[in-house]
Amino acid sequence: MAAAAELTLLEKSLGLSKGNKYSAQGERQIPVLQTNNGPSLTGLTTIATHLVKQANKEYLLGSTAEEKAIVQQWLEYRVTRVDGQSTKEDLRTLLKDLNSYLEDKVYLTGHNFTLADILLYYGLHRFIVDLTVQEKEKYLNVSRWFCHIQHYPGIRQHLSSVVFIKNRLYTNSH
Amino acid sequence: MRLFVSPGSPGSLPVLAAAGRARGRAELLISTVGPEECVVPFLARPKVPALQLDGGNYLFSTSAICRYFFLLSGWEQDDLTNQWLEWEATELQPVLSAALYYLVVQGKKGEDVLGPVRRALTHVDQSLSRQNSPFLTGETESLADIVLWGALYPLLQDPAYLPDELGALRSWFQTLSTQEPCQRAAETVLKQQGILALRPYLQKQPQPSPPEDKAVSNEPEEEELATLSEEEIAVAVTAWEKGLESLPPRRPQQNPVLPVAGERNVLITSALPYVNNVPHLGNIIGCVLSADVFARYSRLRQWNTLYLCGTDEYGTATETKAMEEGLTPQEICDKYHIIHADIYRWFNISFDIFGRTTTPQQTKITQDIFQRLLSRGFVLQDTVEQLRCERCARFLADRFVEGVCPFCGYEEARGDQCDKCGKLINAIELKKPQCKVCRSSPVVKSSQHLFLDLPKLEERLEEWLGKTLPGSDWTPNARFIIRSWLRDGLKPRCITRDLKWGTPVPLEGFEDKVFYVWFDATIGYLSITANYTDQWERWWKNPEQVDLYQFMAKDNVPFHGLVFPCSALGAEDNYTLVKHLIATEYLNYEDGKFSKSRGVGVFGDMAQDTGIPADIWRFYLLYIRPEGQDSAFSWTDMLLKNNSELLNNLGNFINRAGMFVSKFFGGCVPEMVLTSDDRRLLAHVTLELQHYHQLLEKARIRDALRSILTISRHGNQYIQVNEPWKRIKGDEADRQRAGTVTGMAVNVAALLSVMLQPYMPTVSASIQAQLQLPPPACSVLPTNFLCTLPAGHQIGTVSPLFQKLENDQIESLRQRFGGGQAKASPKPAAEETRKTAGPQEIQTLLEEVTKQGNLVRELKAQKADKNQVAAEVTKLLDLKKQLALAEGKPLETPKGKKKK
Repeated sequence: MAAAAELTLLEKSLGLSKGNKYSAQGERQIPVLQTNNGPSLTGLTTIATHLVKQANKEYLLGSTAEEKAIVQQWLEYRVTRVDGQSTKEDLRTLLKDLNSYLEDKVYLTGHNFTLADILLYYGLHRFIVDLTVQEKEKYLNVSRWFCHIQHYPGIRQHLSSVVFIKNRLYTNSH
Repeated sequence: MRLFVSPGSPGSLPVLAAAGRARGRAELLISTVGPEECVVPFLARPKVPALQLDGGNYLFSTSAICRYFFLLSGWEQDDLTNQWLEWEATELQPVLSAALYYLVVQGKKGEDVLGPVRRALTHVDQSLSRQNSPFLTGETESLADIVLWGALYPLLQDPAYLPDELGALRSWFQTLSTQEPCQRAAETVLKQQGILALRPYLQKQPQPSPPEDKAVSNEPEEEELATLSEEEIAVAVTAWEKGLESLPPRRPQQNPVLPVAGERNVLITSALPYVNNVPHLGNIIGCVLSADVFARYSRLRQWNTLYLCGTDEYGTATETKAMEEGLTPQEICDKYHIIHADIYRWFNISFDIFGRTTTPQQTKITQDIFQRLLSRGFVLQDTVEQLRCERCARFLADRFVEGVCPFCGYEEARGDQCDKCGKLINAIELKKPQCKVCRSSPVVKSSQHLFLDLPKLEERLEEWLGKTLPGSDWTPNARFIIRSWLRDGLKPRCITRDLKWGTPVPLEGFEDKVFYVWFDATIGYLSITANYTDQWERWWKNPEQVDLYQFMAKDNVPFHGLVFPCSALGAEDNYTLVKHLIATEYLNYEDGKFSKSRGVGVFGDMAQDTGIPADIWRFYLLYIRPEGQDSAFSWTDMLLKNNSELLNNLGNFINRAGMFVSKFFGGCVPEMVLTSDDRRLLAHVTLELQHYHQLLEKARIRDALRSILTISRHGNQYIQVNEPWKRIKGDEADRQRAGTVTGMAVNVAALLSVMLQPYMPTVSASIQAQLQLPPPACSVLPTNFLCTLPAGHQIGTVSPLFQKLENDQIESLRQRFGGGQAKASPKPAAEETRKTAGPQEIQTLLEEVTKQGNLVRELKAQKADKNQVAAEVTKLLDLKKQLALAEGKPLETPKGKKKK
């Protein structure tokens, strides 16, 4: 998904009615937002954070210092690790780490739904779609989290719904 | 909360600098861990710094940790800070970690390090100067400043990597570096050892791959097919259909070649090889061969081209050689000039002139330039202290003193320059000097000498460089060398020597002296041209019409980019000055240096005795051309490249294309009815051809060779997918398809023969003879892929182009040329990268690992005795370790297998 399309999705899920126009910069097609008051903003997570504030939904950026830092950490993870991975091996490591992180968590910050969940969901969608049933079971915590976010009201929109099977098929695998 | 840091981890810098913000808000414990310790429980790979929060969660991102400290102090997040931090993570870190790795782990210097990060540094500088405030987000220092400062500190603390022109960056950096928290963080992390303090940490990290500039690898990258638009495809098809008619007319041959008004006039020089040595492969690739590829390319573009070179014959070295061999200096020069000329002829170097510097023209032009400089006040006189060997009864100039380098301590530094650190040396500054002839220690004596007043010419030089450099194709290393000379300030340079064998100095009191070889050697290009045509000034006093390209290895840059331009500017005679200075790095031999005295390496005259054709040598040397970084000649790699790239890829494709025409169509190119697949191939080939042109126009010779191999890979794939050998046996439609594919393939082969011409002229000619390519198509390379072998064209007899190189053949050559003894040669400290094994060895190990792995599995399946299994597992682990070592990979720490 191009960054501009993703930001448009985000705008809708935040309930921002008037859509912004985005241009793209350089080889990696980094999104740029020309704001009315002041200089333009560059970068997916920078613009996304800005949109959250515009929609007066600051709680999506975390409420304590700790939560705020965790949200930004996973946003950085999204643009460096999720977008930057180049091999199958990278993807496996990433899913493994994330699976282990989510073992005792509902959302990335623990108990509260934030922008980090939204952007990580958008960023991972294209990979999760391609996972086999067996892989989805292997990364069980990622699957649980992903399934949860895609059913969160207003997030998924036109993206395809990924099917997760409730019963385990590969109970003996390790 | 607990902060985990590791000694030498660069991330500690910003984190420690920011930690002060949290003081008084929360208790902070700092623990030091090893670089490979996994402190964050959910991450599979080690990551420091990391912060364990009181709630049990972890922050593993350096920026997030800094952000947390700032948030604790009551700071509010803002868009601009977020933007800087996102930029730091996505744009700066990838290039910066590559640069630090090159610098700290691989010991690279200069442009190799600065190159990857230059764009990012410029971005910070421009942002600072545009917004006109001292810090990144305003009037006070904030999170963005700390994070970026911490990231950049390891590199920028060495002023060599803080480019002068980035003034705003420089003052921002210096302001932050002197602030207390930053200063303290820097002391804690670098421990006053400078950048080397990062080494223990960085060398445990995998080598980062910079996002751009992936071309440095010796291996072909995995090619990703570019997406083509319909327009691009349509343009390529139209050009193709025009065929031979759209070729420009051939330029008439001229003799002598002289500049023509209204045309592109390209004057190419290769550094003049010193006459008393037989050139080695490094010398050959550094100048004559590189310049030859460019000259041949230039002629294929129909540019009016003159390529010249010659032997540099004056100087002490010749005198000494003459003494050794009992000949006169002139006889020595005559003898060696022929040796040089023969070697270059064997390598198929297409000089228009291969001259020499010991001619009356040389004296005339050198003395003229000198008189002009003298009368304009650019020559100084001074007394010089010089080393004199009493035993040999002569002043010891430049190369005839050896000693310890005063700058880097290298033990075999020459009297004029250190081979290791590349700095120029004044012979009397050498520590423990020795006369190279008799090994006695010389004494210091004084003598009168003439100096070129470079400081007085500096302003003119800067003005000229300011006009020439932007938009030119000077290689980055050449720019870097010239910039560092100018930064250090120019000093008067001695241009005379106490010698007999040289150009006489036309000045009273200097009758027994001659010009220093570096004043008059670069004038050699002019005199060699003057010996070729009496109208030489139309080339050399014609800067408006002539584009001068000079090829050399990087040690020659100061003389071509600085000393000669100063002489020429001072002489005020409208000389043609270098427009594009193309400098290579060094070529090593196996894992050491070429050394004539130690008999290590392949020298020009020996290459002919190996039985390997000149074109194969040319190909391999150009394939590993030290373009942008040092590279190494390796016998095993040469075998590999010959057998994979030439035999299996290029040779295989061209041979198959020709064979299909002969076997299936009686040697007659079949009708082609293009489908969309063929059109797409056509557009891809066109795109790659244009890429080739772009690269060669910038003299990126090694990279352009990759384009040729890419096209032939496309071609092989195209044949493989379309299977003309099967379709020829099918129905009418299948047979037509076989015809189209064969016709397309043989036309791609024809194109490749022309693109290959600058690199492998003999092979190129034999392909063209086999295909009977029409002569106009052989001598011009257009920017589009044209159908040059239309349906009905009759080709000649097709035969294989390349021969396989065998292991034992290569092994015996390696023995003969001392590759095995290379270890005995002192290895420059700069190359402390781990030695990796040859592909042969790796292949064997791989096979053993697989075999052993199977054995272990079998035993386990049979539920064999536990001790027996354990013994075999130990063997397997040992083999894996050997393999990892051989491949130069970091060893993986064995992980306990989880059991459920």
